Amino acid sequence: MPEVTMLEAVRQALFEEMERDPAVVTLGEDIGVYGGAFKATEGLLAKFGPERVIDTPVSETAIVGAACGMSYLGLRPIAEMQFIDFIACCFNQVTNFVAKSHYLWGAPVPMVLRGPSGGGVHGGPFHSANPEMYFVHTPGLKVVYPSTAYDAKGLLKSAVRDNNPVLFFEHKFLYRRIKEEIPEGDYTVPLGKAVLRREGSDLTIVSYAAMAHTSLAAAAKLAQEGIEADVIDLRTLLPLDRETILASVKRTNRLLVVHEDTRTAGIAGEIAASVCESAFSDLDAPIMRVTGLDTPVPYSPPLEEYFLPNVEKVAAAARELAKY
Amino acid sequence: MNQPLTREQHLDLYYYMQLNRHVEERMVRLFRQNKIVGGLYSSLGQEAVSVGSAYALESRDWLAPMIRNIGALLVKGFKPRDIFTQHMAKYTSPTQGKDGTSHFGDLKTRHVVSPISMLGDLIPVMAGVAMAGRYLGQKIVAMTWIGDGGSSTGAFHEGMNLAASQKAPLVVVLENNQWAYSTPVAKQVPLRDLANRALAYGIRGMTVDGNDVVAVYNAAREAVNECRSGRGPVLLEVKTMRMKGHAQHDPAEYVPEEMFDYWKARDPLALYEKYLTVNNLWDAKKKSEIDARIESELDADQKFAEESPLPPPEIAEQGVYCEGCHTIKAEWRRPLAEVTPPASSVEAVWKVSDFGAIAATPPPVKLSPVISHPAKPHAHPGKPFAKPAAKHAEKAPAKPPAQPSVEPDVAEAPVLRVPFGRGPKDKAFRQEQQAAQDQRNKHRRRR
Repeated sequence: MPEVTMLEAVRQALFEEMERDPAVVTLGEDIGVYGGAFKATEGLLAKFGPERVIDTPVSETAIVGAACGMSYLGLRPIAEMQFIDFIACCFNQVTNFVAKSHYLWGAPVPMVLRGPSGGGVHGGPFHSANPEMYFVHTPGLKVVYPSTAYDAKGLLKSAVRDNNPVLFFEHKFLYRRIKEEIPEGDYTVPLGKAVLRREGSDLTIVSYAAMAHTSLAAAAKLAQEGIEADVIDLRTLLPLDRETILASVKRTNRLLVVHEDTRTAGIAGEIAASVCESAFSDLDAPIMRVTGLDTPVPYSPPLEEYFLPNVEKVAAAARELAKY
Repeated sequence: MNQPLTREQHLDLYYYMQLNRHVEERMVRLFRQNKIVGGLYSSLGQEAVSVGSAYALESRDWLAPMIRNIGALLVKGFKPRDIFTQHMAKYTSPTQGKDGTSHFGDLKTRHVVSPISMLGDLIPVMAGVAMAGRYLGQKIVAMTWIGDGGSSTGAFHEGMNLAASQKAPLVVVLENNQWAYSTPVAKQVPLRDLANRALAYGIRGMTVDGNDVVAVYNAAREAVNECRSGRGPVLLEVKTMRMKGHAQHDPAEYVPEEMFDYWKARDPLALYEKYLTVNNLWDAKKKSEIDARIESELDADQKFAEESPLPPPEIAEQGVYCEGCHTIKAEWRRPLAEVTPPASSVEAVWKVSDFGAIAATPPPVKLSPVISHPAKPHAHPGKPFAKPAAKHAEKAPAKPPAQPSVEPDVAEAPVLRVPFGRGPKDKAFRQEQQAAQDQRNKHRRRR
């Protein structure tokens, strides 16, 4: 099996889905001749042509709206946000039009809205955001945020085949930094299922995307100190796989949630509430969280490093928890 | 060229306009009886817009109404009971009580996309519908409406621009009813004819009298034909007047009385009834037959709505996601081989012919009105644009001269491959373009 980057895994998923089903089309800014700002759509235009790989004007609302309209005729459009930060420009179209369509009048919107997200690459406050929670708070959408090349490909394929609008976040720090062997040919990873990446009995660390890697690195470090952690990678944020989290917490009795997104009303809050509702008596310690700061993502490297969670911050919180 | 309307079609137009008005009259009564649980918006005085434009579509075509386009829904085959139950939040309504007003649609048979309250958002969506229809080879046209106020939104611009740059078969009916809630059109847009916005998108714009249903139909038909032949979107401005407030709660005291008087004298139904009589298209017996049919339909549907139950509370929780309740399947009307490799493959390079240099003598930008007076086999008996009493309409010409629409200056887009349908490489299309250009040159010389 060949080793591929997460970016290549995304590209393969797009390519294979377009090859599999002519109802799959892509649209976005600079995705055709240029191949996308990160080259995730490279080679698609040459193969599938301008009717299926549509270079649009710089118009996020029009991109999402058109994708929605296309899906009403049975197409499965994949729209790209050049940077996921720009999804703010089409917030209304996503949250009011796309998300409510099936609930209100029974019109499914089988579209994918994907784009590069996240910090750690000195992109500054408008190219580093993690806006996932705006959309996790929007019934009708599904929100996916993979951490590995294998998952990125399998989840993106599932997203394309899903009958609902799926927001697919691709962490740009991981795009070219992780490489792994993935099977050649078709496979899918189901939406809405978290995965246990590492087993340990002392505490549960729940995370996703780039912070799943940070959490695993922290768990490896903690293991040397005799603290063994379960590490759960959520993979899908909406619907949230509460069962996997609860099953782990019932074994370890301690919970740490790690995310890069800002702290207040990040998904850690929702997870903490769910665990308190369903497994309060299993807890031996307060639920802790390590998250981005409640600030925009700053530009200068020392500022951004200060903003982001890292292995040290995660390990320190885990040690605190283990003391209970 | 438009086929003239038959007698039956003329009577159809009357039926739908009268039905539109009577549905709404009944809803006003239901509202006063507290049987309509939310807001009620009126399209009184605008029936010719909804009916005339939607009537220009074929059944395969798609439309997305706005709040004052109940007439368009009726033309597309929705029944008065759908509108009554929807407003009364009944379980039998198209949305089972999950939304009200004209916020409902039907993808499968009527090809109607539901609006949302945020203005402008339908335009990019319908651009996507038009693009998908073309891609699938369905030869459909998409139509939607937007108010003068809604045309101030960013979504309107983004949607128009995308549709134009994609040459999508989309007709946008800009329903200029003079008022956006309480704000007059002059405070929305510093243009007299909003169709002139078409110039900025490089598409065709037309302005038509929105209270003349035949004129609206003819203009819409022309726009639909243009779209279907692959010439890209059309912006059709219809000038009309909102004869009530924004909604039932709004007495519209901000509208000058004289303005209501002016437009009341141009009531689209009264004008059309006179037109049918003068042109011998009906008699008193026919009229009372149609009116009686409408009343009995409305009696039955109102009864159905009033007797319908409210929804069971637990359905509030259902249907957020499609969990296998829909089978999604595109209806292909062209060979799949055309859109799959190797036929779909291209050389991925831009072929740029225009280097973007400033022309030695820039073409003058014209903002003259683009009033379109479509073919009129039967002249209108009413007095179009009679001397207005209202200050707002002072500049309205007594009888606007027929003018060809202003053709915008369009940059040549770098084309990778001729899209499906008739494109610039089509010989017949080129000849038609040339003929149209010659025609325009002739007009210019004459002026």
